[in-house]
Amino acid sequence: MSWELNNEKPIYVQLMDYIMLSIISGRYSAGDKLPPVRELAQMASVNPNTMQKALSELENTGLIFSNRTSGRFVTDDTDLINRCRKNLAAEYCNDFFEKLKSLGLTQDEINALIDDCRHTSS
Amino acid sequence: MSSLLECQTLTKKYGSLIALNNVSFTVERGRIAGLLGPNASGKTTLIKLINGLITPTSGTVLINGQKPGIESKLKISYLPDANFLPEWMIVKQLLNYYSDFYSNFNINKAYDMLARLGLNDKMRLKSMSKGTKEKVQLILTMSRAADLYCLDEPIGGVDPASRDYILDTIINNYNENGSILISTHLISDVEKVLDDVLIIQNGCLYMHKSVDEIRKEHNTSVDGFFREVFRC
Repeated sequence: MSWELNNEKPIYVQLMDYIMLSIISGRYSAGDKLPPVRELAQMASVNPNTMQKALSELENTGLIFSNRTSGRFVTDDTDLINRCRKNLAAEYCNDFFEKLKSLGLTQDEINALIDDCRHTSS
Repeated sequence: MSSLLECQTLTKKYGSLIALNNVSFTVERGRIAGLLGPNASGKTTLIKLINGLITPTSGTVLINGQKPGIESKLKISYLPDANFLPEWMIVKQLLNYYSDFYSNFNINKAYDMLARLGLNDKMRLKSMSKGTKEKVQLILTMSRAADLYCLDEPIGGVDPASRDYILDTIINNYNENGSILISTHLISDVEKVLDDVLIIQNGCLYMHKSVDEIRKEHNTSVDGFFREVFRC
């Protein structure tokens, strides 16, 4: 499977997002070892240098860490992962409301719409 | 360690036509650089200078600190933009031909890639389609353990699925001390495997930046940026 990359953001930023998402969604659990750079680069069909950059930037966030001899791992800090999940969810919500507002809906209309959708899905 | 490829104030004139005008840049080891530019901007001239096929009017090319010569031909694996192989040969003969010529040619690797792309060694060059010929030429070029791979429009006639395989091959096969210079118009296909982009226009170096710098500064892909800058 190749990773979907868009045309706007820098590639390494998109790789960071993708790996972060894999961690938040539990594809890689806390404490898991990540595949080596070359393998990840191959999976994403990107230049290994770009993947390297994405990983070292992610290390700065604390979400992953590297062990000199044995490779890179997902953090053990589940609180940190939960915080990232919350932040991302909040971002999604913001985007969602922005989109609806740009359609010209008022807050009340949006609330009514959400209630409607909740009924139909349950 | 010196840069793998260094061009200093490189100028090439063909009579009164200035094909390259005072071009200076370096390519470090372990980098994949894309050489982009509109038609007739000087891309092939630059690649020919690097390979010592033509001599500069002024300025110098240094590969590993040395001028192009017999030594550099072992270090550079060059894929020209034109057909350069004897048409009457079959693939097997071509592989032996390359084995004879280049001590760093890895024939097992070549057979591997042939199999992956569904080609066999009995096929004759003369009866191949344009895309198949390109695949064979690229396999020959990439099967050498070289320091610098110079690929002049390598994938123009190749179908998208094989293109992906070829790009994967390129990123997986080059070694960390080597570099790749790819001249191409298929920017959107190659930009995710590139580190750096060299854009030349009318023989002058227009820009030398990393892909992510361009994306960050212009909020668009390199492909989009190129189309914007060179809009006709």
